[in-house]
Amino acid sequence: MLKIENLNANVESTPILKGIDLTVNAGEIHAIMGPNGSGKSTLSSVIAGKEDYEVIDGLMTFEGKDLSELDPEERANAGIFLSFQYPVEIPGISVANFIKTSVNAKRKSLGKDPVSASELLKLMREKMSLLGIKEGYISRNMNEGFSGGEKKRNEIFQMAMLSPKLAILDETDSGLDIDALRIVANGVNKLRNKDNATIVITHYQRLLEYIIPDYVHVLYDGKIIKSGDKSLALELEEKGYDWIVKDTK
Amino acid sequence: MENKQQQEERLLEEVTSSEYKYGFTTNIESDTIPKGLSEDVVRLISKKKNEPDWMLEYRLKAYNVWLTMEEPDWANISYKKPNYQDIIYYAAPKTKPVLNSLDELDPEMKKTFDKLGISIDEQKRLANVAVDVVMDSVSVATTFKETLKEKGIIFCSISDAIKDYPDLVKKYLGTVVPNRDNFFSALNSAVFSDGSFCYIPKGVKCPMELSTYFRINESGTGQFERTLLIADEGSQVSYLEGCTAPMRDENQLHAAVVELIALDNADIKYSTVQNWYPGDKNGNGGVFNFVTKRGVCHNNAKISWTQVETGSAVTWKYPSCILKGDNSIGEFFSVAVTNNRQQADTGTKMIHLGKNTKSTIIAKGISAGKSDGNYRGLVKIVKGASNSRNFSQCDSLLMGDKCGSHTFPYIEVNNDSSQVEHEATTSKIGEDQLFYCNQRGIGTEEAIALIVNGYCKDVLNQLPMEFAVEAQKLLEISLEGSVG
Repeated sequence: MLKIENLNANVESTPILKGIDLTVNAGEIHAIMGPNGSGKSTLSSVIAGKEDYEVIDGLMTFEGKDLSELDPEERANAGIFLSFQYPVEIPGISVANFIKTSVNAKRKSLGKDPVSASELLKLMREKMSLLGIKEGYISRNMNEGFSGGEKKRNEIFQMAMLSPKLAILDETDSGLDIDALRIVANGVNKLRNKDNATIVITHYQRLLEYIIPDYVHVLYDGKIIKSGDKSLALELEEKGYDWIVKDTK
Repeated sequence: MENKQQQEERLLEEVTSSEYKYGFTTNIESDTIPKGLSEDVVRLISKKKNEPDWMLEYRLKAYNVWLTMEEPDWANISYKKPNYQDIIYYAAPKTKPVLNSLDELDPEMKKTFDKLGISIDEQKRLANVAVDVVMDSVSVATTFKETLKEKGIIFCSISDAIKDYPDLVKKYLGTVVPNRDNFFSALNSAVFSDGSFCYIPKGVKCPMELSTYFRINESGTGQFERTLLIADEGSQVSYLEGCTAPMRDENQLHAAVVELIALDNADIKYSTVQNWYPGDKNGNGGVFNFVTKRGVCHNNAKISWTQVETGSAVTWKYPSCILKGDNSIGEFFSVAVTNNRQQADTGTKMIHLGKNTKSTIIAKGISAGKSDGNYRGLVKIVKGASNSRNFSQCDSLLMGDKCGSHTFPYIEVNNDSSQVEHEATTSKIGEDQLFYCNQRGIGTEEAIALIVNGYCKDVLNQLPMEFAVEAQKLLEISLEGSVG
């Protein structure tokens, strides 16, 4: 599904990603772990196409399409979803309105007519009950005055509404208490199927107790220095990152 | 993919190449008089309109006042002052048909409406709106008069009102905006060609939104609209005013005067969507919009101004409320968009004279291109206006880095028991917001429209439903291509 080869990217001419290789297939969950500043968030932004990041080398393909030729919205409509670490506020725009705009943008890209209000509402209700979201929530303005947990849940709600092929969860666990974490993780698990894939970016092993990864990658100084199965996450939790760094040097 | 710099360059290109959508003229035979202004011209206008002597006297008095005045230049706008002797002060379609239905409307005029996307038939049927169409200063179609008549509501052109309801006109005309109020109001009083008149009798709630579409249609004709709206004790009315204009090369002067009178316990809601030709990308042409709008509130009365201003090359406009009666309420909700080389100096005045008076100001400015948007507002609470309150919120949204935005709030409070709150913010549409929308599949242009609509929501919500939709579309059109 997603294939990344020798990806090198800069932010304001500072190299951040220094040769990433990663292959994600349908049905898989990959966890990317690493200390602060290792390039985790940069990787997710580069896949999503944020323009502040300059790709200087390497290839990213999504279902065979070269991502470098697609604008961020085209990548989104192709099925790439990024759950933001810091979701932004959009004052005056309700969650429902935003999701409608987003769903219709995707439908338009597929040559479909806009969804009817009743159909959309039905789908929203369905996903809201799946994620344990209360009715009044969708008429609140996008992320305005939301708690950390509400913001993250809003991200997962949008993900549920858009059913992406590839979801990238960027530090979705940060700022969440254990209950919120469980709710968010349950949501992600419920949405999982054999046709979609998930990349979980996280500092801590904690989230991976709820979302069980097939693969764990350690990102350090812009490179994936070690890959393994879920036991690697446990090992990291126990020993920290230093031992791998020493190992690989 | 292009880099940011290239995108911004392209943005500017696109901004400046965005053409005015409603630029066209209608070929209707017009009856015009020679250019220039003199006492004779004032007399001629009055004569052409078959006005009574008292009206002619009113005009002449205003003309003589105007002669002693100078065009104001305190606003934060710069433009080449019009040559007042180079303007035609009167143009009317040659025949003034009396219409029972819209089928009788001049086919050319009908076409104009179709181009504007205003289907009057549809509006009549769907929106329950009575439309008094002012085309080049003379009303040619008035609908729903009968329904209104049953309730005793008068809604007609001001010319008709001068003939048919002289007592009401005499009693109220010029009481809120006196001739000598300012240069443009004096000019308007001298030469106004037409406009609307509305009277809501005591205790009557107007059953429909009253709506007037104004257009400027005769090349080189200044448009001097005069609107007088009287809501008698305990009555209620919502009035809509919207306008578009054909594309022009030379500047067109527009100096309207609107007077609202809300007697005890009356409630007036006045909404405007203004979309006059803003000029080309270099700032050539475009309408000069120098408007004096003011309302007076008697005891327990309320006046609410809502405006969405997207057009005109230069806008000078301060819809105001004089809160004369105790417990009266004034409101001002505004969205003002400037793009390309447009300049706007707009805001409001809330004059608190009565006790326990309240006013609210929500002003949202959006500047794009190389435009300049200014908010200028006065909140004045006199000594006797005890326990009065004002809340003002003035926000500016900037798009790109070549535009400007300024806020000039003037606050005068002369007693201890009153309260004034002022909030102001300036923001730019954030890259992060745009990327967030993009990541949800929403293209940049649409994302801007979404963010802007959210930003203006508090104001758009004040508009009647059909108008709100129109206003939203207008915002999108006005900002089309203004982002990279």
